[in-house]
Amino acid sequence: MRLDDFPKLFPKLHGAMPVWHGSVDAEGWRSLCEQVLRGGGKLLALWGEDRSEGSSDVQDSNCDSRYAVHIALVTAPGLLVLSLPVDQDMPAFPDLSDLFPAADRMQRFIADLLGLHPAEGGDHRKWLRHASWPANVHPLRKSFDINTAYTTEADAYLFVPVTGSGVHEIAVGPVHAGTIEPGHFRFSVIGEKVLRLEERLGYKHKGIEKRFEGMTLEQGARLAGRISGDTTVAYAWAYAQAVESVTHTAPPLRSQWLRALFLELERLLNHLGDLGYIGNDAAFSFGFTQFWILKENLLRLNSELFGHRYLMDCIVPGGVTVDIDSASHSRVFNALMHIETGVTNLKNIYDEHAGVQDRFITTGRVSPDLAAQLGLTGLAGRASGQAWDLRAQFPCTPYDQLDVVMATHRNGDVAARVTVRFEEITESIRLIRAILEKIPQGEIVCTPGRAEHEHPGIGWVEGWRGEVLVALHTGSDNLIHRLHAHDPSWQNWPVLEHAVIGNIVPDFPLINKSFNLSYSGVDL
Amino acid sequence: MYQIIKQILRTGIKSEAPPRPDDTLRDQVQMINTQILDYVGRALAIRHVDAGSCNGCELEIHCLNNPYYNIEGMGIHFVASPRHADMLLVTGPVSRHMELALKRTFDATPDPKLVVAVGDCGRDGGIFGTSYASCGGVSRVIPVDVVVPGCPPAPLAILQGILTAVSRRA
Repeated sequence: MRLDDFPKLFPKLHGAMPVWHGSVDAEGWRSLCEQVLRGGGKLLALWGEDRSEGSSDVQDSNCDSRYAVHIALVTAPGLLVLSLPVDQDMPAFPDLSDLFPAADRMQRFIADLLGLHPAEGGDHRKWLRHASWPANVHPLRKSFDINTAYTTEADAYLFVPVTGSGVHEIAVGPVHAGTIEPGHFRFSVIGEKVLRLEERLGYKHKGIEKRFEGMTLEQGARLAGRISGDTTVAYAWAYAQAVESVTHTAPPLRSQWLRALFLELERLLNHLGDLGYIGNDAAFSFGFTQFWILKENLLRLNSELFGHRYLMDCIVPGGVTVDIDSASHSRVFNALMHIETGVTNLKNIYDEHAGVQDRFITTGRVSPDLAAQLGLTGLAGRASGQAWDLRAQFPCTPYDQLDVVMATHRNGDVAARVTVRFEEITESIRLIRAILEKIPQGEIVCTPGRAEHEHPGIGWVEGWRGEVLVALHTGSDNLIHRLHAHDPSWQNWPVLEHAVIGNIVPDFPLINKSFNLSYSGVDL
Repeated sequence: MYQIIKQILRTGIKSEAPPRPDDTLRDQVQMINTQILDYVGRALAIRHVDAGSCNGCELEIHCLNNPYYNIEGMGIHFVASPRHADMLLVTGPVSRHMELALKRTFDATPDPKLVVAVGDCGRDGGIFGTSYASCGGVSRVIPVDVVVPGCPPAPLAILQGILTAVSRRA
């Protein structure tokens, strides 16, 4: 099948985003992926599913195949979601890691949690499984009871060894030196230069996707907002989109504008915080205190206007739970004015500070070519010439009326990732002002209808870090059969391993912070 | 340099008054000798451990270091190693993958020590509960002195929890 034909052959899913879904065989799976890659498209997410109902191990008669793997690919017309049935007796699917390197960890995740393996090629080491359950147990299979607990023992994991004269290893984590999430970094170094970094994540795996199963569509919203706390708005919106797709619900117009307001506030908060911490990691603590005053002011405004500092649970399927009255608009405008002045002053100070610029420029460089090959995405991608921003390319309401200007740079170093953040702050401030000026009056929430049985729904939102995807497969009675939440960190963590090569070990915290990836979002 | 000094002067002093300790936050009999508290309370070293959170609580712990809460101004600082710490500030439901690391961190912290569990998840596992992948609340894995509920708890609430742990029982 030719890639250009899919909008005619596959049904378009209901909802805010351009998404098509179709089933393919193994040959079509590989062939369409190859065509997407050749056509300049990219891999968004890859996940698996046990299609059987309930907890029995026998094959469900309603299913052609008990298992399936699904892939979401970004193409020119929109998102193409393919499903490939996988045989119960031969639980294998074609390897895609040669086409999309980012697929590697996603395939290992599928192998650990569902017991479906890429047929050949790829890395066959475990990924999310440490030592808390045995290798022959797969928690996302329907026959697995979420409350089954095994005794935890020490984890055995084979890191890729680096040998040679003068090479030694530095093992860091899972408990780090700063207030950050847990993960393990294995550096192979000569002197203070990094030869190789290998990441070992999965420490935060807390069974989020298994927890979703059997929840009602309504209950799932709260959990979706806690997949990665710093991206709560984007996940809640993506979840709402997925639910609205399967229930054929059109959220009130005003709520769509409010969602965009929340998303831009979240972007502002995170960018302000990151700019402070990046300064701090370049030994410029002045930057931290200054940016975190701006961030705290905005957090307090959020709390007063919307009842939550990070806007958790403000977006629900069917709309939003909080509104803004017109009297409060001026408070937001005031806050934006203060942030704008503050950020302008601080940008001048960062730009003029020789010590800070010396740490930023050429540090942790990812060239545009490497970024394209590895699939670097989101704000880090935009700092390495990867011009993707959903808000500009596939704008849903209200972005279709706001003409979002995408920030892109090509240097791919810490300095470029800082610049993208500065530019996105300016753009978010403009967007928030435009939203408050143009927001239509009306209802802010409606009751979603009943969901179609055994139906896929997709949510796709440009969070502050990059594209967030929520893939929902419904069961019967408005229940969630399977939910996969995809964080852009899946794509960007492996690129960080490349970004640090040749840099000195003390620059790692700075490089890491300039990406600021989520652990919780990928450990699930 | 002139710009930096100008910005500092323009910003002024933002620090606010700290909250009072709250006895209702205490989880169990305090492990630490109250006489020692008089000393520790004036120069407290905290090691933060994320045992499996959604990273929401971390955002609020970061805020404690901003000038409004100015935790360092009170003599409390975050240290890079449990071996330097008087207190562990633990977030998240404890994932089974972090269970061993948390126990080892606790063991590496010299006695006498304090543990403050942060957030609804730190209290009892919160929305993630107990499962094949989650041990539930922090007290299921190590002894806890004070629990600060919330999702996430505001910086002032976390600060109150910390101050409660280092204060004498009222």
